[in-house]
Amino acid sequence: MTDPRSKPLLKVRNLSVNFTTPRGVVEAVRNISFDVGQERLGIVGESGSGKSQTGRAILGLTHGRGKVTADEMTFDGIDLAQADTATMRAVRGDRISMIMQDPRYSLNPVMTVGEQIAEAYLAHSNAGRREAKRRALEMLVTVRIREPEKVYNLYPHEVSGGMGQRIMIAMMLIPDPDMIIADEPTSALDVTVQLQVLALLDDMVRERGMGLILISHDLQLVASFCDRVLVMYGGQIMETLDADKLNEAQHPYTRGLLNCLPTIEGTSGELPVLERDPAWMNIGGGDA
Amino acid sequence: MIRIEGLGVIFGKGARAVHAVRDVSFSVDAGESFGLVGESGSGKSTVLRAIAGLTPGWTGGMQVDGIALGPKRETAFHKHLQMVFQDPYGSLHPRHTVNDILSEPLIIHKMDQHETRILAALDEVGLGASFRFRYPHQLSGGQRQRIAIARALILEPRVVLLDEPTSALDVSVQAEILNLLVRLREDRGLTYVMVSHNLAVVAHLCERIAVMNRGQFVEEMTAGQLRAGKPAHGYTSQLLTASKGYDREAIAAFVEFE
Repeated sequence: MTDPRSKPLLKVRNLSVNFTTPRGVVEAVRNISFDVGQERLGIVGESGSGKSQTGRAILGLTHGRGKVTADEMTFDGIDLAQADTATMRAVRGDRISMIMQDPRYSLNPVMTVGEQIAEAYLAHSNAGRREAKRRALEMLVTVRIREPEKVYNLYPHEVSGGMGQRIMIAMMLIPDPDMIIADEPTSALDVTVQLQVLALLDDMVRERGMGLILISHDLQLVASFCDRVLVMYGGQIMETLDADKLNEAQHPYTRGLLNCLPTIEGTSGELPVLERDPAWMNIGGGDA
Repeated sequence: MIRIEGLGVIFGKGARAVHAVRDVSFSVDAGESFGLVGESGSGKSTVLRAIAGLTPGWTGGMQVDGIALGPKRETAFHKHLQMVFQDPYGSLHPRHTVNDILSEPLIIHKMDQHETRILAALDEVGLGASFRFRYPHQLSGGQRQRIAIARALILEPRVVLLDEPTSALDVSVQAEILNLLVRLREDRGLTYVMVSHNLAVVAHLCERIAVMNRGQFVEEMTAGQLRAGKPAHGYTSQLLTASKGYDREAIAAFVEFE
């Protein structure tokens, strides 16, 4: 694989997301900067660390009251920070896709899964319905679904969680995007199914030369899957690691997260508890 | 303390019947902690719910503390056996204060000294008296799970059933709750039956572990055997491999177990 930093697909500089609430401003993401090339980048952190808001901000999916600011947020020459609604619509799905956590909530319950995949194709091309159906069936085969003809006509409640997530992936891949943002794509799945879905995503990314941002709370999983990992805490990036050097992590937060996990090999004594240092909230701020 | 023999649970009737649990037998000694591991739909939670009396229509034999369990449970039974549920957001009444939540079991079981018991229970789970009049929405996920544990312990039960008690929590909070559960068991000599999909969590808390798949026990082993990485059954080895992280080649070798 080429050095991802030589030709970044996505460039983010000083991204912040703030929410105005009756109790004051909540800084969900605070001045973070990173690049993504044709690689698998992991963003890990606990709940409230700002990892999901980062993914959403890239696609302009921040909720109503949220305010997104960035010095620079460009994707393949397109300025996402300044883009209007029409430009963003053209980018979403077609150039950058997003896979959400739980297929049960992300699929339309009253439409067959096949029609939903075909719809994703129709939205981004001028093809006819027949062509869209043919492509959707092909896509079901690509995501390793046996009997695609049968599955095409099933409704979301008739498929298992793992199959639902494969269908979501099919839907996101059919417009042939350059980058995929996957927000906890496998957290609702069993471990073995989780890995099979990740393997599928991995193959797709390699074959098509896409960039992938994998957002997850599971540090070990992300480190074993991705090329690079960003560790987030309190809306900031604590450190960036090469995935295979996870065990050499320097930051006390990353170390704390790793240490508090029970291990199968470990003993049944007291688990070390993560001590949070208020100083972490102020590192790498605005001008660092 | 707990003896389960040939437990079976069937949901639905006729052609649509689902055999959720088939012929499950195990026993747990007093003060021991027993883990049930499996993937979704393996029947692990159903076993726990059957013991707690939340699943009607089970077959087979169950004994807790030497007393055979019937289809209905006496109120007194629940004083000795309590359960902690997975989702601390769903298992606490949103319009009841912590005080209401902790008073309810005391009222049901006609126990005295409410105030003393509530304060002691809060103290025991690491929350102070200041939490007594808060509502669940004013608590974090970890604090809610501590309240759920306090609610179970306030009756001074001997057996606590734990259904994925940490799976909705961040890992740092999970560590705190696991430490709390270990400490409470030591202090009070509790017997635990814990259900989890996470092998590491079960290996941490339990001495003996049963692996379930499709309603049946695949194998039963000690935590030591699991740690040594020598499960007897292929299904368990696959789970063990899967819990070690992403490995493209290992995944290609995964098979379905019937």
